[in-house]
Amino acid sequence: MVAIGGLVLLAVALVAGIAAGSVSIAPGETLGILARRLLGLNVAPTWSVATETIVMDLRLPRVLTAMIVGGGLAVAGAAFQGLLRNPLADPYVLGTASGAAFGAAIAVLIPVRALILQFGLLHALAFIGALGSVLVVYRLSRIGSSAPMTSLLLTGYAVSSLLAAGLAMAMYLSGTGLRQIFAYLLGGFDSATWGRLAVAAPLILIASSVILLRARSLNGMLLGEDAAAHLGVDVRRERAILLTMASLATAAAVAISGLIGFVGLVAPHVVRLLVGPNARLVLPLAALLGASLMVGADLVARLLGEIPVGVVTAVVGAPFFLALLRRARTGYEL
Amino acid sequence: MIRVDGVTAVYRERAALRDVSLQVDAGERVAIIGPNGAGKSTLLRVIAGLLHPTTGTVELGGDRVDRLDRMAVARRLSVVPQTPLLPFATTVEEVVALGRLPHEHPIRGMRPGDRAAVAAAIERVGVGHLLGRDARELSMGERQLVLLAMAVAQAAPVLVLDEPTVHLDLRHQVEVMDLVGDLNTRDGTTILAVLHDLGLAAHFFARLVLLDRGRVVADGAPAEVLAPERIREVFGVDPAFVRLGA
Repeated sequence: MVAIGGLVLLAVALVAGIAAGSVSIAPGETLGILARRLLGLNVAPTWSVATETIVMDLRLPRVLTAMIVGGGLAVAGAAFQGLLRNPLADPYVLGTASGAAFGAAIAVLIPVRALILQFGLLHALAFIGALGSVLVVYRLSRIGSSAPMTSLLLTGYAVSSLLAAGLAMAMYLSGTGLRQIFAYLLGGFDSATWGRLAVAAPLILIASSVILLRARSLNGMLLGEDAAAHLGVDVRRERAILLTMASLATAAAVAISGLIGFVGLVAPHVVRLLVGPNARLVLPLAALLGASLMVGADLVARLLGEIPVGVVTAVVGAPFFLALLRRARTGYEL
Repeated sequence: MIRVDGVTAVYRERAALRDVSLQVDAGERVAIIGPNGAGKSTLLRVIAGLLHPTTGTVELGGDRVDRLDRMAVARRLSVVPQTPLLPFATTVEEVVALGRLPHEHPIRGMRPGDRAAVAAAIERVGVGHLLGRDARELSMGERQLVLLAMAVAQAAPVLVLDEPTVHLDLRHQVEVMDLVGDLNTRDGTTILAVLHDLGLAAHFFARLVLLDRGRVVADGAPAEVLAPERIREVFGVDPAFVRLGA
């Protein structure tokens, strides 16, 4: 039931996300264009060539990017929450966000413009910064051969603070590039292209699928790492795989969309309220919900005249999250 | 069933076990006792394969535990965890269902047989009246029973408990120990429990293993292991404080 609801929500978000915008396109025409171009159906065109171009070259890559990013962040968020056994964890908890932001700021400061794969320099450095910071956090928090979760969380916080200082310095030095850094920090999909999507989507989809297939390990972690081991989970291996995949999905997502908060935090919680903590249900449903929420947030951002999506998710997400916390008051024990 | 042979193990940079040998046969019920820091919990970690000994070997059902993968260990030995805090709202039946982790389909999850095992474990431990409740809202005694039901659902021939009665009032202590005894006599489950309470240990277990500073100093019937001079020596208290049950 919930799964069907999620799929319907996603389909509605897809059509609405394509139909609405500065030039609005009738949902019927939207469906027609999608059916003709994507499914190869022989639908007689009732629309202009310009409309088709808007749908195929501007709206569709944008909406699909929002979907992939939203879904990926939600899956990564659910994985981090489960692994760290911390309901406040989000995809950025291990320093991904500040690493990406710092990378993007450096890209703005470098006077050379370069294209790496389909990425601009900014996206490429954001990706490298995100992955690099997680790697540093992981290495620094290692005690002997394992990294205890508390130490991972605290190291993540410390490294993030350091990177935030670097970011502040870069912004101070950036002069006219400041606006560009800010636009990245607030997040958005206005720079989405098929090319960028083609680079990021496989990373996010593969990483998310690997996480989805490891739902059993995440379930075992509910009672802590020792209990997980007693239930048959190879804790060290599974944790390494899940951390790597969640970080990869997050890095790819922030590289193409900037820093968009709350979706990765809220989507898994909403799903848990509906279906309980079983990761086999939480992960796929959070992906659907995260994808729909992100398309919706992007839609609102466009209708309000291209304001940053990160602002929309924060304005909607924060009060919503507060309401959620009050409802589930019985129980966040940390 | 369990065979510990000449095990020396280091835990948290301290020699926690020194040349420990112990054999527990199928269907036995054994309590491990000893003062704090004697190595009781370390011994359980070594037996469960979570800690590798520096010397010596541990066998579980005839195979060396360090050569079995985690899932195989989990099908031979279940451990009742010490009441952990749950990060998310989790119903009683969801907690019990975690016991099926080593048996369920890795991708699709529980099969009908797993659901039947969960229902049977809930019935066996008698936590049916708690179904639907968030496990975090239960009392300590209720939580302990739910975790025990989870371990029963795991359906392993050996059940290991680490201080199962530690936060419980007397009635719940007896309830848990009665149940554990029943799992042993009626279902033939081999029981290995770490206990602090010497009275409970002597009352509910026919065989006690006394650890002191990482060594086994006595192994046998309660009256023999808990001899007054040994209590004075190992626990450093007047033996009159230890009243052995009727």
